[in-house]
Amino acid sequence: MSIIINHPFYAHLQPIMIETDILIIGAGPVGLFTVFEAGLLKLKCHIIDVLPEPGGQLTEVYPKKPIYDIPGFPSVLAGDLVHNLMKQIEPFKPGFTLGEKVEQLEQLSDCKFIITTSKGTQVKAPCVFIAAGLGCFEPKRPPISNIRDFEDKGIDYVIREPEKYRNKTVVISGGGDSALDWTIFLADVAKKVTMVHRRDSFRGHLDSVEKVMDLAKRGVIDVITEAEIVGVAGSDALETVTIKKNSGESFDIVAENWMPLYGLSPMLGPIAEWGLNLDKKSILVDTRDYSTNIKGIYAIGDINEYEGKLKLILCGFHETTIAVQSAFAICYPDKKRQFKYTTVAGVEGF
Amino acid sequence: MEQIDITITVIDREGVAHELTVPTDMGMNLMEVCNGNELGVEGTCGGMALCASCQCYVESNHKLHEPSDDELNMLDQTFFVQDNSRLGCQIKMTNDLDGLVVRIAPKGE
Repeated sequence: MSIIINHPFYAHLQPIMIETDILIIGAGPVGLFTVFEAGLLKLKCHIIDVLPEPGGQLTEVYPKKPIYDIPGFPSVLAGDLVHNLMKQIEPFKPGFTLGEKVEQLEQLSDCKFIITTSKGTQVKAPCVFIAAGLGCFEPKRPPISNIRDFEDKGIDYVIREPEKYRNKTVVISGGGDSALDWTIFLADVAKKVTMVHRRDSFRGHLDSVEKVMDLAKRGVIDVITEAEIVGVAGSDALETVTIKKNSGESFDIVAENWMPLYGLSPMLGPIAEWGLNLDKKSILVDTRDYSTNIKGIYAIGDINEYEGKLKLILCGFHETTIAVQSAFAICYPDKKRQFKYTTVAGVEGF
Repeated sequence: MEQIDITITVIDREGVAHELTVPTDMGMNLMEVCNGNELGVEGTCGGMALCASCQCYVESNHKLHEPSDDELNMLDQTFFVQDNSRLGCQIKMTNDLDGLVVRIAPKGE
């Protein structure tokens, strides 16, 4: 698949504006199948996904798991289902922008939408289909009331430039490989690294665990186990963190930086700020056409909510099939509604 | 197999105890039971031990199966974890869990 915006030919240019009929947010199974149903109605699609590969959770989380409730398939591996969907939509030549997160939505005077991604790619379309599943995965934020005050002022959930921590007093917490790996890496960079972990043993690659233990034994780093960080303080930037031992005692240590590395959790992200009617982390839709409260924006698959909703791939397929009919009326207000049986007409691509 | 319903107690985040009758012949897990009874458990990831939104504390003395690596990994990356923490989605409703008492853990965010 071509990723239009990343083509080297365009490298010297400003980001181009991609125009399409339906902009799909999310390249999971429901987003992909939208291309097929839209294609039957001669509507063109462009898909944006934050992940680098199409397939959403199916590719990212459980490619080797069998799915048993796709009609006609007694069992199909998630990865194979994505592969088949990609093949099924190929005749309709969808555009893909992968590895970019949708950030901004703007509506023009002609009612068309412009979506801008984290890398500045812009897509213009009269219809937006949100098929974002669980949303995008964002780092987990520890439950400390004033933690936001120190984000980017000492607290980082993702380590992007390790050099930033050179000669700093840093604290790392978390239990996974990422916490171990960064502790080892920053031991040579930072002035002082303290690792805080909830249990007295670590999970993770044995090699990494041994390295961390060895660094601690040689006094290169501090490891505080059976403890968690329960407070943060500082006048402008982060200065100290409060550590509470499982035994009950608590104390402060100096920390110019704290990196809580607790993995990712699904969040609605910027979509939550677009003025759509929400119910917790889901988007409320009208079940007549799976439209949202903003005309031209639809929500399909796991991300929507309505009475009787079931979070199943097969329900998402149904939802988008109905929704593209409604989208057709927005794209071509003067044309009559179309409906074709593929058994009669076959599939005619672009 | 003969159908047997068990009774379990789930204490919600407000501290209210709910006594639930649960079938053991449907392969349900604790997350699904809480979800079906609208006890505020999200089960965001659909039961794959990937989100910890169904974390609960086992308060009775039932001997549960040992947590899998996936479950332990997730518990290491979540908050409010105690020694008796488990992910509800990994606890299958079986006859030997009759009388189980669990408390739903606070929400991470």
